[in-house]
Amino acid sequence: MADNDAWVTVAERAAIADGEMKGVTVGSQEIALYNLKGEIYATDNLCSHAFAFLTDGWLDGEEVECPLHAGRFEIKTGKGMGPPIPCDVKTIPVRVEGDNIQVKVAAS
Amino acid sequence: MSETASDKHIVILGAGHAGGRAAEALRQAGHKGRVTLLGAENHPPYERPPLSKELLAGAIAHEKTYLHPEEWYAEQGIDLKLGANAVGIDRKARRVALEAGGDISYDALLLTTGARARRLPLPGGNGKRVFYLRDIADTLALREKLTEGVRLAIIGAGFIGLEIAATARKRGVAVTVIELAPTPLARVAAPEIGEFLATLHRGKGVDLRTGLKVTAIEDTGSEVRVLVEGGEPVVADYVAIGIGAQPNVEIAQAAGIEVRDGILVDEFGRTNDPAIFAAGDVTRHLNPLLGRHVRLEAWQNAQNQGIAVAKAIAGSGAAFAEVPWFWTDQFEVNLQMAGAPDRWDRVVWRGEPTEPAFTLFQLLEGKVVAAVTINNMRDMRFARMLIQSGKIVDPAALGDKAVKLQDLVR
Ligand SMILES: Cc1cc2nc3c(=O)[nH]c(=O)nc-3n(C[C@H](O)[C@H](O)[C@H](O)COP(=O)(O)OP(=O)(O)OC[C@H]3O[C@@H](n4cnc5c(N)ncnc54)[C@H](O)[C@@H]3O)c2cc1C
Ligand code: FES
Repeated sequence: MADNDAWVTVAERAAIADGEMKGVTVGSQEIALYNLKGEIYATDNLCSHAFAFLTDGWLDGEEVECPLHAGRFEIKTGKGMGPPIPCDVKTIPVRVEGDNIQVKVAAS
Repeated sequence: MSETASDKHIVILGAGHAGGRAAEALRQAGHKGRVTLLGAENHPPYERPPLSKELLAGAIAHEKTYLHPEEWYAEQGIDLKLGANAVGIDRKARRVALEAGGDISYDALLLTTGARARRLPLPGGNGKRVFYLRDIADTLALREKLTEGVRLAIIGAGFIGLEIAATARKRGVAVTVIELAPTPLARVAAPEIGEFLATLHRGKGVDLRTGLKVTAIEDTGSEVRVLVEGGEPVVADYVAIGIGAQPNVEIAQAAGIEVRDGILVDEFGRTNDPAIFAAGDVTRHLNPLLGRHVRLEAWQNAQNQGIAVAKAIAGSGAAFAEVPWFWTDQFEVNLQMAGAPDRWDRVVWRGEPTEPAFTLFQLLEGKVVAAVTINNMRDMRFARMLIQSGKIVDPAALGDKAVKLQDLVR
């Protein structure tokens, strides 16, 4: 099989202002998009602790705080920043193509 | 805190949520000496909130509640001793005695013995069909009984009682809740919130009976009869009791540590013995933000006080000073609550209790002293900041959803 990964448009670039975030769904994958000073980043949207979407939480500088129990992740790396977070969240390849934000996901 | 230099042996008594996080934080803070973590249960430290929710529902395995897998402790050089019930503290010799025999010496001792479910002090309160919910074993024992069509009577409409009710309903159980106070949660929340939860539960088929005093529980051999003052008995297959928790202070008290419904500590977790500290549910601790001592039964307090006191023991401590914060999940409602107000003079609604999401603020002399969010977790972060700031806020702006909460914090 060839490379099955595909770039998928998930949002308009203009939909996420600086310092904001947005959750999108691609297939069964929940993805969080963040705008950090004009740069777009993406991670898994589900917190690795219990069940919550990070985009329902709070973007604080370069970290996102989970709305349920205030666990934190570093957005650029997905790194969990201490209790109660048991493990990192995955970062997802993301790019801006023209007016659109695209993420790279495994095509099913 | 120089008496606990980094080569000292630190013993943590109580391998629960606070104890587990404290052990982890000691290593994080660079403590190189021995760390021993003693736990009476047979599980490594775990989080209790899922017990009455996902674990009772059968949605997760109990291992999912563990802070870390059991092997992790050895990897971190933490000597985790499970099934090790401590029975005495000799402060002069600095030794902890174990029930199984033998003792362990310490240079610093951290007490994280938590709390236990308060027993119903009435005839039948400990019968075979009566359940309490504090640990994994309790949860699994009750879960086995909660099958479709079973009748469950719950005594106490506090958080635990209501969570058991919600989970039991999801499993198809017929639930009756009996509460002495006129509304649920009378001990901890504003009556408006108690009313909201009463409506929620009744809407989901819970038979919630308030203002009713239980006098005894009778086991007929095939069912239970919960006798109430001036009313018909409630007949059920099983009874679950959620009437609060009682701090496990006895071992400290017997050793002459100062106790006042909780081990009395300052904002660094220090007791009246310089070698002994405490954290978590077992403490009555000074909260510098509130300017008074409080005893809390909450996850945030267990985790963050555990960490703060561990750092203080390792010599790198800042005071533990946070706005108290708690959450509960019942049916599709996530309720979060911040603050520990003993009084307030007005409430401000941000949204209506009939809406799917809203926030209720409690104010005292123009300042926010507490807030409750219903399915509105994002407000919580700013509500906590508002409480901490102690700012006088404009109630009209607070109640106006067009005004961003973060703008009121600034
Ligand atoms: C069912 C349930 C649901 C909850 N839900 C929520 C919630 O939704 N939100 C929230 O904020 N909080 C919730 N809580 C509260 C929260 O779980 C507690 O505040 C927290 O567990 C306290 O942690 P702790 O370490 O102080 O005590 P514990 O977790 O009770 O740990 C104490 C440990 O010490 C051990 N121990 C005691 N004495 C000895 C001894 N002599 N020798 C050896 N070991 C000993 C005990 O066996 C226990 O394992 C809930 C609690 C329960 C029981
Ligand atoms: S679910 Fe995110 S911190 Fe708990």
